Amino acid sequence: MDVTITVNGTERKLELDPRVTLLDALRHELGLTGTKKGCDHGQCGACTILVNGRRINSCLALAASHDGDEITTIEGLGTPENMHPLQTAFVTHDGYQCGYCTPGQIMSAEAMLREAAEGWPSYVSKTLDADPTLTDEEIAERMSGNLCRCSAYPRIREAIAAVRDARNATKEAAE
Amino acid sequence: MRPFDYARADTTSDAATRAAAGATFLAGGTNLLDLMKLEVMAPEALVDVTRLDLHEVEATDESGLRIGALVTNSDLANHATVRAHYPVLSRALLSGATVQLRNKATTGGNLLQRTRCPYFYDTAAACNKRDPGTGCAAMEGRNRILAVLGASDHCIATHPSDMAVAMRALGARVVTEGPDGGRELDLGDLYRLPGDTPNIETVLSDGELITAVILPPPPAGAQSYVKVRDRASYAFALVSVAGVVAVEDGRITSANLAFGGLAPMPWRNEAVETALIGKAPSTETFDAAADILLADAKGHGDNDFKIPLARRTLRRALRELCERAA
Ligand SMILES: Cc1cc2nc3c(=O)[nH]c(=O)nc-3n(C[C@H](O)[C@H](O)[C@H](O)COP(=O)(O)OP(=O)(O)OC[C@H]3O[C@@H](n4cnc5c(N)ncnc54)[C@H](O)[C@@H]3O)c2cc1C
Ligand code: SF4
Ligand code: FES
Ligand code: FES
Repeated sequence: MDVTITVNGTERKLELDPRVTLLDALRHELGLTGTKKGCDHGQCGACTILVNGRRINSCLALAASHDGDEITTIEGLGTPENMHPLQTAFVTHDGYQCGYCTPGQIMSAEAMLREAAEGWPSYVSKTLDADPTLTDEEIAERMSGNLCRCSAYPRIREAIAAVRDARNATKEAAE
Repeated sequence: MRPFDYARADTTSDAATRAAAGATFLAGGTNLLDLMKLEVMAPEALVDVTRLDLHEVEATDESGLRIGALVTNSDLANHATVRAHYPVLSRALLSGATVQLRNKATTGGNLLQRTRCPYFYDTAAACNKRDPGTGCAAMEGRNRILAVLGASDHCIATHPSDMAVAMRALGARVVTEGPDGGRELDLGDLYRLPGDTPNIETVLSDGELITAVILPPPPAGAQSYVKVRDRASYAFALVSVAGVVAVEDGRITSANLAFGGLAPMPWRNEAVETALIGKAPSTETFDAAADILLADAKGHGDNDFKIPLARRTLRRALRELCERAA
């Protein structure tokens, strides 16, 4: 069946079996192998991408169901020549060991920082009405959908906290 | 995954007609696609309902809330009215799964998600729910996460949803539309206990689509969702308690309680609530309520611990709620 999706700003027309997930469409049809397949069952977060600005697990999404949607993958976030601040922070803070979970961690972290900026609470937020402060505990809870088999969690949180601080500083400077 | 025909529904009646002819509804897909990959479910046709106009959360004339069946778990948890007036629902949603999953998962799909019984997922195991008449491998097996209330000799599966537990405590109603018209029913009446047909989980007929969930006006009192699980985050409930409790002049004046992790459906027992009314909060009061809740509880070995755990979780939930409500 015909499916049209916009991937990292470019419209892509695909002819697919209805069974094809967004993850397999990205990797096998479009050659965008930055998005990883860990479990293929929604449990690990390696396949995290943004759909219309929201993070989802691409392994549990049929491409057919996302006809017309806007997709951002790790390739669309930054490039080796022009790295996204989270990519730089993961390098600086050594936020990985094997690197397999990293694209998913970074996509998830970018969405997480936006969600917090929009005021989304989490399960560990003390109140549901105040703007959340991204403490270490909050970051851990909000990133719990991204597993790291190498257990680089402390450094992953450090890298994310560095970008959080940089964004807060920019915001304060603007105010 | 087995091959299937895919169609996108343009209207609810189109969706209902296709489903009445044998297609399975696809909403967020976070449960259905998982089960299809394992061939635990193998529908020949899917009807994608995600583009139907069921994405709104609106106030009702009765000052309650009407939640479209396709409102995502994230949007519902973050909705300003839900956060302010139905915090038990926000908390329950936020305790479930992860943001990635909640961004896809829908209100209707969450209510109808299937059990996490390990043998239901294992197509080589005997399972009356997946394959009626084959037996139940869980009965003598790894049943740590399974039911102690409402189960039968044929199936001891639990309903895994957190959201549904909060909705049950809030007295939610479910609105449906089917080939023969629509209806509205209490959330508690949506589910069927397993009996000798654990494969039939709800009263919905073929083609009947959930279109909305209706919450009554926000109840008086304090609200909380207490979830006990194996990990601090990203795990299903072993036991959970959704509670709304009001206290006046040192006495409990109202109590709405629903329980997760214990039964094949979000569990509510009005006798538990009645036992609390008019009483002063105390461990004895809470224990008397727990006695009623757990009078018919039956463990199957691995899950025996849930019975004392349910008592302690209820005590803790009630103690905290009564302190906040006082
Ligand atoms: C790793 C993982 C962890 C999870 N942890 C939790 C947790 O801690 N707590 C929790 O509560 N949940 C948890 N979940 C489950 C998750 O909440 C459900 O998968 C989700 O809510 C299902 O919604 P959906 O829209 O994706 O449903 P789908 O997968 O699309 O559908 C589920 C079922 O409902 C039917 N259906 C869907 N919509 C309708 C409708 N409107 N009318 C009639 N039938 C319909 C479908 O045909 C299907 O049979 C977890 C899931 C995963 C994968
Ligand atoms: S408890 Fe129910 S779902 Fe689990 S194996 Fe037995 S019949 Fe199947
Ligand atoms: S590959 Fe999608 S969550 Fe693991
Ligand atoms: S760095 Fe190896 S899995 Fe995370």
